[in-house]
Amino acid sequence: MGSLIKSGGVSGAILSRIATNDQHGENSEYFDGWKAYDKDPFHLSRNPHGIIQMGLAENQLCLDLIKDWIKENPKASVCTPEGVYQFSDIANFQDYHGLNEFRQAIANFMGKARGGRVTFDPERIVMSGGATGANETIMFCLADPGDVFLVPSPYYAAFDRDLRWRTGVEIVPVHCSSSNNFKLTVEAVEWAYKKAVQSNKNVKGLLFTNPSNPLGTILDKDTLKNLVRFVTRNNIHLVVDEIYAATVFAGENFASVAEVVKDLDSSEVNVDLIHIVYSLSKDMGLPGFRVGIVYSYNDSVVSCARKMSSFGLVSSQTQFMLASMLSDDSFVDNFLMESSKRLGIRHGVFTLGLKKADINCLISTAGLFVWMDLRHLLRVRNSFESEIELWHIIIDKVKLNVSPGSSFQCTEPGWFRVCFANMDDDTLHVALRRIQDFVSKNSNKTAEKASDNDQLIQSNNAKKQKWKQSNLRLSFRRLYEDGLSSPGIMSPHSPLLRT
Amino acid sequence: MKQLSTKVTSNAHGQDSSYFLGWEEYEKNPYDEIKNPNGIIQMGLAENQLCFDLIETWLAKNPDAAGLKKDGQSIFKELALFQDYHGLPEFKKALAEFMEEIRGNRVTFDPRKIVLAAGSTSANETLMFCLAEPGEAFLLPTPYYPGFDRDLKWRTGAEIVPIHCSSSNGFQITESALQQAYQQAQKLDLNVKGILVTNPSNPLGTMLTRRELNLLVDFITSKNIHLISDEIYSGTVFGFEQFVSVMDVLKDKKLENTEVSKRVHVVYSLSKDLGLPGFRVGAIYSNDEMVVSAATKMSSFGLVSSQTQYLLSALLSDKKFTGTYLNENKKRLKIRQRQLVSGLEAAGVTCLKSNAGLFCWVDMRHLLDTNTFEAELELWKKIVYEVKLNISPGSSCHCTEPGWFRVCFANMSEETLDLAMKRLKEYVESTDSNRLISKSSHERIKSLRKRTVSNWVFRVSWTDRVPDER
Repeated sequence: MGSLIKSGGVSGAILSRIATNDQHGENSEYFDGWKAYDKDPFHLSRNPHGIIQMGLAENQLCLDLIKDWIKENPKASVCTPEGVYQFSDIANFQDYHGLNEFRQAIANFMGKARGGRVTFDPERIVMSGGATGANETIMFCLADPGDVFLVPSPYYAAFDRDLRWRTGVEIVPVHCSSSNNFKLTVEAVEWAYKKAVQSNKNVKGLLFTNPSNPLGTILDKDTLKNLVRFVTRNNIHLVVDEIYAATVFAGENFASVAEVVKDLDSSEVNVDLIHIVYSLSKDMGLPGFRVGIVYSYNDSVVSCARKMSSFGLVSSQTQFMLASMLSDDSFVDNFLMESSKRLGIRHGVFTLGLKKADINCLISTAGLFVWMDLRHLLRVRNSFESEIELWHIIIDKVKLNVSPGSSFQCTEPGWFRVCFANMDDDTLHVALRRIQDFVSKNSNKTAEKASDNDQLIQSNNAKKQKWKQSNLRLSFRRLYEDGLSSPGIMSPHSPLLRT
Repeated sequence: MKQLSTKVTSNAHGQDSSYFLGWEEYEKNPYDEIKNPNGIIQMGLAENQLCFDLIETWLAKNPDAAGLKKDGQSIFKELALFQDYHGLPEFKKALAEFMEEIRGNRVTFDPRKIVLAAGSTSANETLMFCLAEPGEAFLLPTPYYPGFDRDLKWRTGAEIVPIHCSSSNGFQITESALQQAYQQAQKLDLNVKGILVTNPSNPLGTMLTRRELNLLVDFITSKNIHLISDEIYSGTVFGFEQFVSVMDVLKDKKLENTEVSKRVHVVYSLSKDLGLPGFRVGAIYSNDEMVVSAATKMSSFGLVSSQTQYLLSALLSDKKFTGTYLNENKKRLKIRQRQLVSGLEAAGVTCLKSNAGLFCWVDMRHLLDTNTFEAELELWKKIVYEVKLNISPGSSCHCTEPGWFRVCFANMSEETLDLAMKRLKEYVESTDSNRLISKSSHERIKSLRKRTVSNWVFRVSWTDRVPDER
């Protein structure tokens, strides 16, 4: 048996390994940022010096549109006088096929979110407890404990929990690098696949998020086609998590794997291997309503996933409301257009603001975040320790909770995911000002102490590096020393208090 | 397909069982008073449809909750974004208090020890993931809810070893049955991690006696294992006796805050008591903080929709409503159960004496051709296809004795229940006469005499019985 018992736990009957191990990933230090935020959350009027949450990929930009629709459509709720006549039927409805109207509406929405370039079959729509539940369920359907899924890195941190924790499935990352803007290539996948197979791993498939979290980029259609050909050739599965499908705000159209399945000849694609995970949490900004979808072209998987959906059905109250909302074509069309527009504006404002602080981001056309390049600010280049140090400074001094690249299994230190759609305009401007002030304050301050600092650092075993922006880097060095010795409390003389 | 996981190809989900097949037949030909009066009447679904009017009335009087408003202000955005797996604090508090109210406020529930789940289906599976490794076993008294085969075993890899209960003592759990089950597990080389009971019982409709509860608590104490008490039907107790929860027993035995209490976990849901299975509201209650912690993280895979949490926190915080509802629910369930029991009696069929649940455990052993499960299945098919009633055969509940069926009574109107009973009576009467015709003359006479006598005896005893004696 040999399960672990943590100290302070029950000394008698033993709990399972799953209950006592750390595979849920929540004890990781990456939650320090969240904990700091929870203790000191920003509020424009009530706590203007608090930490601004930029680590949460929420879409808060279009909730007003949904709220208005709900107000104008009281019949869509089973609780209002106009809708209560449906209450008992809906409250009683627990069929795991879901309400027909709900599946139709979701299929309709998914098609529109992909510009109408592809249609979805309501019979293949299976509910789950959010995309979290969908990803776990698809693993249970496709893989046994010990089997492997290839996942390109950087990837959504919670995949470690969702794909592995209770399923026993292993993740083998396919590392992507900045040298080609973190683009996923077939060659990289092939290489990772061969390597895994050579080490006697049973690779069951490839899973990735497209548009990407944390990169915000979309995969070009050609590469997607080639990946579909690749999995078909090797008889492994392809799961594409398209949770950010409707967050595309610029550039090329998003090419869903559904489009590729439609376009390719049946000799090139074995549809039994293709599965899509979807959710309304990002595109519509409704994470609280727990609407996850498993969509598979494989009948056995649909059937099995449907039985498993008993463990995470969508509340019928929610199904009913969304069935009505998402079959309102004029609402959906307007929503998708507005959402895209607002995201584009927000992205533009943010990236422009970052540029003013000489901070670049990976060019992206989708998502609720940017992949920010702070490699030039690392005390020691290519050091994850430096990344973590820098991260703590950003939390404690700049008072922003952002997510360090290492939490996404990125192999290159210095990248950070920063969310921009989970706050109002004012808060975004506060965040930008803080960044700009911080950067400029430190480039002005320590110019004369530059050489002293240099010697200090070198004598402290820092690596010798050629610095491109010497002023900026010196100032950050100074900060590291401050940061490491101070308790992280804002100095009363800090220029940031001006904000 | 080798391509897919073993879970896809195994039938550990249990859905090939007759329990679900009856449902499928019903789906093909569902009864409707007007549109399909000869269709199959669904009596295999343990739903509570008796008190929706009370909730609907409450909704009409509480527009704020209905409209996702708090003090007149819209909180739509907050709810839309709320995905904290700790759940809405107001909801957990209201749920804890509701659970206390159901137990006559004799025990307290700490909201911080509640973990929300997507129905008790999810709650039970999550507890298994927390308490058992693949290959480890839980003991369950038979007969038990067919869905447990899926919920407890399918994706978790856990095993179920039955504790055999028999009609000789009303299917109560005995010490020897417990010991036997435990030993059987050991023979099968299975490590027993705990016992799971449903109290009140599905499919029996009876409550565990104090004797049984004490026995269970003593047993898990001595074996150092867990006890899960699925109390999903706790609010459906309509008899004179009050519901005794395992929490009552812990309190009475002064075991609260002891190491044993950490191994007792309660599962709850609003699907039966409130009749809201569509809203997917389940809960785990545990005194073990590691279980609460792990289960809370796992609830990410099946959180309760925030709009549902909000609505129900308002509903359950209204103590006037909950008090009235629980009383009315009991009353209506009792009346309906009586209607079923009388209807069955008129057809010469008895059932296990029960005072809870949404169903009766019906004795049709005398209608079997032979005392076998094959005969039970034959009888079941006749009842589904000829009598057009979907009821659940005891074998689907792992009952060790053929001839028992679970028949639900709270998921249809009075008129439909009447019709169902009429159909059953007609069938029994025609079967009796068919039996007579098909047998040889000697046996015919013998059985005719026997049957006539027993019918006569039965009829006499029935008319003698005072209506409210049960």
